[in-house]
Amino acid sequence: MKDYEFFIDQSRCIGCQACVQACGECDTHRGTPMIHLEYVHRPTGVQTAPVVCMHCEDPTCAKVCPADAIKQDDHGVVMSAAKPRCVSCSNCVIGCPFGVPKMQVSFELMMKCDMCYDRTSVDKKPMCATVCPSEALYYGPRDYIEKHRRETPVNEFHFGRQVVRTKVNMMTAPSRGEINVDITQYMSGAEAEIDPMFDARDGAPDAARFAVWEG
Amino acid sequence: MATLTLKSEEAYIDQFGPTLNYTPVGGWDSREPDKMVKTHCCFCGVQCGIQLKVKDNRVIGFEPWEEFPVNRGKLCPKGVKRYMQNEHPDRLKAPLIRSEDGFREGTWEEAYSKTVSEIRRIQQSYGKDSFAFLGGASMTNEKAYLNGKFARIALQTKNIDYNGRLCMVSAGAANKMAFGIDRAANPWSDIPKTDVIILTGTNLAECFPILTDYIWKARDNGAKIIVIDPRITPIGRTADLFLPVRPGRDSALCHGILHVMVKNGWIDEDFISEHTEGWDAVRELVKKYTPEHTEKITGVPAASIIKCAEIWGPAKKSMLLHARGIEHHTKGVENVLSYINLVLSTGRIGQEGSGYGTITGQGNGQGGREHGQRCNQLPGGRDINNPAHRRQVSDFWGINETDLPGEGLTACEIIDAIERGEIKGLLSISFNPLVSIPDTARTRKALEKLEYYGAIDFFLNETARFADVVFAGSLQEEDHGTVTNGEGRCIRLNQSVTPPGDAKLDWEIICELGKRLGQERHFAFTDPGEMFKELTAASKGGPIDYSGMTHERVEREHGLFWPCPAPDHPGTPRLFEGGQFAHADGRAKFHAFEYRPPAEDVDQEYPIFFTTGRVVSQYLSGTQTRRIGSLVDQYPEPLCEMHPILAGKLGIKDRDLVRVATRRGEMTLPAQVVKSIRPDTVFVPYHWSGKKAANQLTNRRLDPISKIPEFKVCACKVEKAGSR
Repeated sequence: MKDYEFFIDQSRCIGCQACVQACGECDTHRGTPMIHLEYVHRPTGVQTAPVVCMHCEDPTCAKVCPADAIKQDDHGVVMSAAKPRCVSCSNCVIGCPFGVPKMQVSFELMMKCDMCYDRTSVDKKPMCATVCPSEALYYGPRDYIEKHRRETPVNEFHFGRQVVRTKVNMMTAPSRGEINVDITQYMSGAEAEIDPMFDARDGAPDAARFAVWEG
Repeated sequence: MATLTLKSEEAYIDQFGPTLNYTPVGGWDSREPDKMVKTHCCFCGVQCGIQLKVKDNRVIGFEPWEEFPVNRGKLCPKGVKRYMQNEHPDRLKAPLIRSEDGFREGTWEEAYSKTVSEIRRIQQSYGKDSFAFLGGASMTNEKAYLNGKFARIALQTKNIDYNGRLCMVSAGAANKMAFGIDRAANPWSDIPKTDVIILTGTNLAECFPILTDYIWKARDNGAKIIVIDPRITPIGRTADLFLPVRPGRDSALCHGILHVMVKNGWIDEDFISEHTEGWDAVRELVKKYTPEHTEKITGVPAASIIKCAEIWGPAKKSMLLHARGIEHHTKGVENVLSYINLVLSTGRIGQEGSGYGTITGQGNGQGGREHGQRCNQLPGGRDINNPAHRRQVSDFWGINETDLPGEGLTACEIIDAIERGEIKGLLSISFNPLVSIPDTARTRKALEKLEYYGAIDFFLNETARFADVVFAGSLQEEDHGTVTNGEGRCIRLNQSVTPPGDAKLDWEIICELGKRLGQERHFAFTDPGEMFKELTAASKGGPIDYSGMTHERVEREHGLFWPCPAPDHPGTPRLFEGGQFAHADGRAKFHAFEYRPPAEDVDQEYPIFFTTGRVVSQYLSGTQTRRIGSLVDQYPEPLCEMHPILAGKLGIKDRDLVRVATRRGEMTLPAQVVKSIRPDTVFVPYHWSGKKAANQLTNRRLDPISKIPEFKVCACKVEKAGSR
C-alpha cells in the first residue's frame, strides 16, 4: 500500500458519520474521533463536509508551534502533538488553514488525524476511508481515481499568498489544478494588491478591530 | 391481565434501560483478540460483511471485511457500533416472570411450564386460533422457518405473522402479481452498469448507506440519477432530476410519466407483445394523466414530469429502485405496480445493467418472508391457499393436510383482533409493535387485554413490558445460520460468542416449547445446520427454491442467489433473462390502477401532511440502537422537520417546541426548520417509544392486498408549544 493516497470528495458525502464512529474505534484514541464531519448549513440543505488532516508538506501547525511538538514522519504524515512537548497553547488550532487540529482540554493535548498511523504502518487502510459507504473518503491508488472519477484530485491550495501542498487530495472540477480559497486569486494583479484597509475611517468599527476588541 | 405493573416509564428504564452504552462493560479492550469472526451486520437488508473481534467470549471490536463482495469493508455508523450491543448492561440474562412490582427472575422450567399451561388453557377455552404468534424479519432463515412450523404444528394456530408486514409486503405482493415471484430482479452489481436510475421513495443514503456507492459508481460511469421524494434526502441532493412528490400521490406520478412516454413512442412494443399482458388497459388509463393534470395531483411541475420521461424513456439501460416511501400506503401495492409499468413498458428488465428491485429494509427482510413466517405462506414461498402446495408441505412434515391451518390474520389485524377480544394469547419474538405499529394508543389497549403474553427477546423492549413471561433469547452474534439480503443473496452468519448468563438461543426456546406441546419429533433440532437442511429440502420444487444450498456452499461462495435448485447450480443473481417471467404463461402482467387519494387526506382541520421514516443512526423500533451511546448522540431524539415557509406561517423557529396532532394522538417535540422538505408536509422519524413515538399519530388503515399500514401519509395540524 506504499503508493496509496487519500482522496476526499465532498460531493459524494451523505453525512452518515460512519467515518466519525469508525475513527473513534482506533486503539490509540478510542472513544475520541479525530475526523471532522459537519453540515455546511442544515437549514438550507443536507450537504455535509468531511475533513481529515490534509498532511501538509510544510505544515503550518508545526511552524507555529512554540514547543516544536508537531512532527512529520518519513512518509510526510503529520502527527498529533507529542504529549511531553505540547503546552496546549492552541497556536496550531488557530494556525491550520483547514481547521483540523482540536485542543482536547481533558488531555491537555492537541490531537488530530494521523492518517491511522497504527493501521497504515502495518499495511491496512485508514479506518474512515475503509468504512466510508459513499467513497467520499477513498484511500487507494491514484490511477484508480484517474480511471474512474470524473473529478480531478488537487493537492495545491492557495490561501491568499500562502501556497499549501498536501499529501491528501481534494476532488474538484475536471479542469482544475489547484484550489484558490481567496477570491483575489481570481482577480488581476493590481486589484489583488488593494490594501483592504485603505479607506477604513480612523476609529470606524471594522471587522478586524471588532474581532480583537469584542472577541 | 397484562397491564403494566410498574408505575412509570422511568421505573422501567431504571431496571431495563435503555442504558447508553459508550464503552463495553469492563472498558475498552485493546488486547489481541482470540479470534476474528467473519459474519454480517445485524441491521438492514444490505447485510454488510464484518469481522467481529472476540476475546474471552466477548465481542470487543470490529475490523472491516474487505473481501466480502457486497460492501467490500464499507460500513455505516450502525455497523461500526453494532458490537456495542454485546456485553450490554441491559442484556436479559435469565427468564423474567411478571410480579407485583415489575418482573422477577425466574427459572426456565417456570417460564416454559407457565407458557405451555396458558397456551393449553386459552386454546381449550377459546379455540386454537385464539393464540397468535408474531415473529420478526431480523431473525435468520432457520428461525423464520422454525417459527412457521411451530405455529402450524405446535400451536396449530392460523394466526402467525411477522413484522415484515410493516415493511416489505406491498412490494412482495406487487412483485408476485407482476412477475409471479417475490424477489429483486437484479443483483446490486448491475447498478453501476446502468445509464439511468430512478430512486423513488427510498432514503437510500440513510437507510441503506452502502448502496450509495453503487449509485455514485453509476454516476461516475455517466448515469443520470432521478430521485422522487417529498424530502431532499442525502441521495437526492446532487440528483440530475429531483421530483418533490406530494405524499400519497405516487401512482399518479407514474401514470403522468408513462403518459409522456406513450406520447413520444418511448415504448418497447415488441417486448410488450412478446412478454407481457395487460398493456392496453394501462395505455388507456394513462391517457388522461397529462403533465398538467398530473402536476395538479402530485405537486411535481409538469416540466419535471416531462423531463423525467425524456431521461427515462429513451434510455438504453435503466434501473428502478424503491423502498418504503411508495410501499407504506393504503395503495402501496398499486404504487409499486404502477412503477413496474414504467419498467415493463420499456422492456428493460432481465438484462445486465437493466432491471428493477425493491430494497428490503430489515436484516432478513427477504429471507424472513420466504419460508412460512407469514400468515398466508408455507416454506419455499408456497401459498397456504393452494391445495397442491398444502399437500406438498403436509407430506414433507408428515402431518395430515386437514391439520394444517389455513390463512390467518396479518400483524396489524392480529393486534386489532386482540383489541376486539378475539385473540387472547400471544407469543412474540423480535417484534416491538408498541413502537412500530400505527396508533400506539390502540396497541397499548390491545396489549392490556391479553390473558397471556410471552415475549422472546434479548433486551426488554417496550412491548415486552406487558408480558407475563419474558424469555431471555439470543443476539444475532450469539447464534449461527443464514439470512437472505435485499438482492436475494443467501449469506452465512457465523457465531461469535455464546449467550451470556442463563440466556438461551432463540431456537432452543421455540423447540422446547414445541416439544412440551406434544410435538417432540418435529422439534428435535440440535443445531441451526439441521434446520437449514430441513428448510432447503422443504423448499425443493417451490417458487423459492433453496434446495441446492448448504451452509458450507453459502459461506464458501460469499452467498448464493435463489433459486438454487441443485448442489451444482450456481444460483440465480439475475431473474427474468430473455423476458421469461415466473407466471405459468411466462408473461409479466401490467396492472392499471386508477390513482386514488390516501385513506386520510388533508382538510381544513388537519391541513398538513404527516410522514415518517428513518435516520441513519437508528434502526427500526430502536430496541438495539437506542442503547448505543454514540449512535444516540448522533440524533438523540425525534425532531419535526418542516420548511421555513410553513414554520413562518405558524410562527415557529428552529428548535421551538411544536405540538403535532392527528385524529389518533399528539406529540410535542422540537422543530427542525429546513428547506429540504415540502412546505405542505412535516416529517418525524419513528424510532422512539412512549411520548416520543411518531406512531402515536400515524394511521392504521391497511392496504387491501398487502395489509401494510399507511405510515407515509396522514393529516396533521401543527402549532407552537413553547421555546426551549
